[in-house]
This record gives sequence, C-alpha cells and structure tokens, in this order.
Amino acid sequence: MIEGVTLVEIMSLTTILFFIGVYGFLTRTNLMAMLMSLELMINAEAVNFVSINKYLSPAILQGQIFSLFIIALAAAETALAVAIILHLFRLTNTIDVKEVKTLKY
Amino acid sequence: MNLDTFMLMRDEIVLTGILLILLIAEVLWSPKNKKGLIYLGLLLFAGYTLQSFFSMGTGSLFGGSFKAYPLVNFFKASLAFGVMVILLQSVEWIKQKLLPNDFSAEFFILIFASLLGINFMVSSGDFLIFYIGLELATMPVIALTAFEFYNHRSVEAGVKYIMLASVSSAILLFGVSLVYATAGSIFFDDIKGALQLPLLEIIGLVMIFTGIAFKISLVPFHFWAADVYEGAPTVVSNYLSVISKAGAVYVLMTLLFITFRVFETEWNWIMYGIAILTMFVGNIFALRQQNMKRFLAFSSIAQAGFILLAMLSNDQMGVKAIIYFLLIYIFSNIAAFGVVHIISLKTGKENIDDYNGLYTSNPKLSLALMIALFSLAGIPPVSGFFAKFFLYAAAASKGYYVLIFIAVLNVTISLYYYLLPIRAAFLRRNEHPIPYFKIDIFSKIALVIVMVGLMVLGLYSGVFSYISSISNIF
Repeated sequence: MIEGVTLVEIMSLTTILFFIGVYGFLTRTNLMAMLMSLELMINAEAVNFVSINKYLSPAILQGQIFSLFIIALAAAETALAVAIILHLFRLTNTIDVKEVKTLKY
Repeated sequence: MNLDTFMLMRDEIVLTGILLILLIAEVLWSPKNKKGLIYLGLLLFAGYTLQSFFSMGTGSLFGGSFKAYPLVNFFKASLAFGVMVILLQSVEWIKQKLLPNDFSAEFFILIFASLLGINFMVSSGDFLIFYIGLELATMPVIALTAFEFYNHRSVEAGVKYIMLASVSSAILLFGVSLVYATAGSIFFDDIKGALQLPLLEIIGLVMIFTGIAFKISLVPFHFWAADVYEGAPTVVSNYLSVISKAGAVYVLMTLLFITFRVFETEWNWIMYGIAILTMFVGNIFALRQQNMKRFLAFSSIAQAGFILLAMLSNDQMGVKAIIYFLLIYIFSNIAAFGVVHIISLKTGKENIDDYNGLYTSNPKLSLALMIALFSLAGIPPVSGFFAKFFLYAAAASKGYYVLIFIAVLNVTISLYYYLLPIRAAFLRRNEHPIPYFKIDIFSKIALVIVMVGLMVLGLYSGVFSYISSISNIF
C-alpha cells in the first residue's frame, strides 16, 4: 500500500496502460512491436492483481501469486511467438504483418 | 489429504507420467529405430484412454482449486477417446513428414501437454488453475500449428494464431482482475456468493466471455479459425476444431451456469445475439469455400452457434444437450477431417472439385465422407440429428421459438453446402478422378471406430440416459 494513493487511481493507471497496449496492437504493423504492445497489456494485469490484493484483501495472497504465474506464462508466450516469427522471417524476409496474407477469405 | 483424495486427479497424474516417460524415452531411444517411439506413444495413450473410463468419484482438491465430479470425468474420458482416434489417424502423417526430421516424439508430447491443459481447465475451481489450463491447452497447439516450419502456410497460420490467442487471453485476464476486484476472491464458489451486479463485474464478465469465445470461435472473434485450420497440418486442425473447442465450451458452460448465474438476464441477451450471428456468418461463408479444410472450419463455426442454443436454456436440460452434442460432434468432425486428411496426405488435393468422381475410385472413403457430413448436417439415421434435436429441445423448454426458427433456417442453408462435397463425390462425372489408393491400417481402424460410433450413438439411448443421470452439476 502506498500512502496517499487510492486503488481507483492505480486501477485507472492500469486500465490506461491496458488500452495503450490494445491501441498499439491494432495500429502497429511490425510483429515485434505488436508483441511489445501485448506485453504492455499483460503487465497492466499483473500490476492490477498485486494492487487489488494489497488494498482489498491483504491477508490472503491470491492476487500476488496470480501475478507471479502471469509473468511466467507471459514469458513462455513471448518465447513461442518470437520462435514462430523467426521462422516467418526466414521464409519471407519480412516481419511486417501486412505481408502475412497468403491465407485469406 | 491422503492418497485417496489425490486419486481424484488420476487422469492428470497419469498423463503427466506419460509425458515424462516420452521425454526420457526420446533421449534414450536408439536413433536408428525411431519408429518404435510412435508405437510407444500410441500404446501409452491407449492405456490412458482405457483408465479414464473407470470412475473417479467426486470431491475437490487444494482447497477447491480442482474439482472432480462424474460429468467432468465422463467429459475427460470422451476427450481422451477423441484424441486417441486423432492419433490413430496421424500415424501415417508422422511416418511420412515427421520421422525423417526426427520430430515424432515432439508431436506426441505437445498433443499430450495440450490435453493436460484442457483437463485442468475443465475441472478447475478457481481462475488461477483455469488460466494456467487455458494457456497450457493453447500454447502447444500453436507450436503444432507452425510445426511444418518449412511450409509458408503453416508458419503464417502459427503467427496469426499466436498473436490473436495471446491478445484474447490478455483480455480474459483483465476481466478476471476486474471480477477479482469486486468479488475479493478468485475461487468460483466464493465469487458466486459475492457477486452483486455492479457495472465492473459485468465488464469483467464480458471480457472473460471474449477470451473463451475466441477459443470456441464464436462470431465476432472467429477470424482466426479459417486461416489457422487451413494452414495447420490437417491432424492439428482436427484437434483444434474438436478437442480444444469442446473443452472451451464446457468451461463456458460451467462458468455461465454456475458462477455467473446471477447475471442470467444480462448474458442471455449476449448469447441470443451471438448465436444468430454465429450461425449466419458460419453458414454463409461456408457456401463459397473451395478448400475442404476452410469449408470445415466455417462449418465448425456454425456448429458452435448451434451449441449456444442450448446455452440459453441455463438448466439441466441444457447441460445434457450440450454434452451429448459435443460427444456426437467429436465423432462427426473427426470423421470428416479424417477423410480430408487421408486424401490430402495421399494425393495432396484439398479442393472440393478434386473430389469429383471419388465414388468410382474410392467407394468406401466416399461413403465415410457422406456419413460424416450427414451427421454434421443432422440427417436422421445418423446421430447428428439426435444431437441437434436435443439442442432445440433445450432452447424450446425456455420458449425461444424465434431463435429455433432461425436455427432451422440455418440448417437448411447448411444442408446445401454439406451436400456439395457429397454431390462431387457421388454424382459428378470425372475423366481423371483421384486414383484408388490403399488406406493404412491405423487410419482404417480410426475411420471404422468413428463410423460405428456415429451409427450407434444415435440409435442406442443408453449414452444419453447416462449423461442425463450425471448432468446435475448445479
């Protein structure tokens, strides 16, 4: 808990962070930049869980443990995504999402 | 806690054991004879499937994080059975494509890991286990989608799948955090008692729904489905469209029917709209497809719309109808994808026009295709009809007659496009049809199993009465 900062303020911050991530994911065309936006979204949730836990039910550590798992799974997700993007780069020499268009309609 | 209560998660323990055995065997196996590893994987999984049919009892573990009750045990057993049939179909593909690159054990390990995730997801009692299960179910399948990494289409499908799946799970997680903020707990049982209908909880529910609806490929979130199914190896599309989707439907059902039951009036309207949209979009887009895998992808989107009919009933009748439909759907979709897989593997042809005159050269295969598509369309002697009938009955029990009328309209549309491949196979003349080929023994066994299942499950009422006897999950 931080002195002088309420939960509403922290959750406003994380919500803004989350939607910056959504905006970035929708507007970027570089797959790596999209992955960074994704990371922003997931980190916003991790902060959310920790702060809700700390402010509302500090006796039970459910939220903090949840955020630990979120961090681990986000890392796994990123590793897999980078591996696949690497294969795409080897095949097409680009990681621009607008060039990923063989399969459509 | 003693050993007896631990045995409630026997399925998961056995599956983890199989995973470890395969990991070690892959290292120690002699490099000259890797073919044996395929049979080892099949044999171990057959053992797992067999044990999952023996009852496991009722109870909960880890303070309510993990729950076991007869319905979920039955569901896990039917998923295991479906995966077994898919593995039998994939043996020939593994031998041709994966064995030369020495990837055969990895395929088994990834499929089993994904099934383990689904098992944890369906019997989860809190959002933590649910989220871990969801990710464990998704990520190995993404790796499998991009498994033919020398093939541009496969990699492209993998990229599309992982980007969209990660975003959807991030949105789901944000919803979970909002529900956690209002209810003060991540356990389903605590949340059920603590919900009071503030706006924040409804936003949370909508976000959680988004995450799961992505997995089921309901309509505003369906764009990935066709691309991924087409690009992925056919075995993997089969797994995605059947097992992964069925697991997500089960979780959505338990979440909505039990945990978020307070919001019944709110989510009923969401479901009503999405059911209509899903059926229409799935069916109308399926009309114009040429590629069989894409065609089956859109057909599976439309089938998901029909499942929502029973979701609306929100009582025991709905549970029965959904589980029975999923069981039949597992059989019929595996059969349809199986035929497409065999033909695609032998000849490399996947378009509907290539099937012209298939009956003259491969009569048995075209008969199997016909039964599978009839079951998907819901034509009486085959069990798909009974599955759809119970879905309608569940919706009718709550008086959604307009929705049922729309669904019947959609069945009429779907009948047209399900008959297109059948017309191509049986009625169209072709100078050079797909030549006759021998089907390998494992695919043959798999096809016979699903065909017998499709014919028997509809006519033999014992299965439905068993489901109905264990379906009281409230």
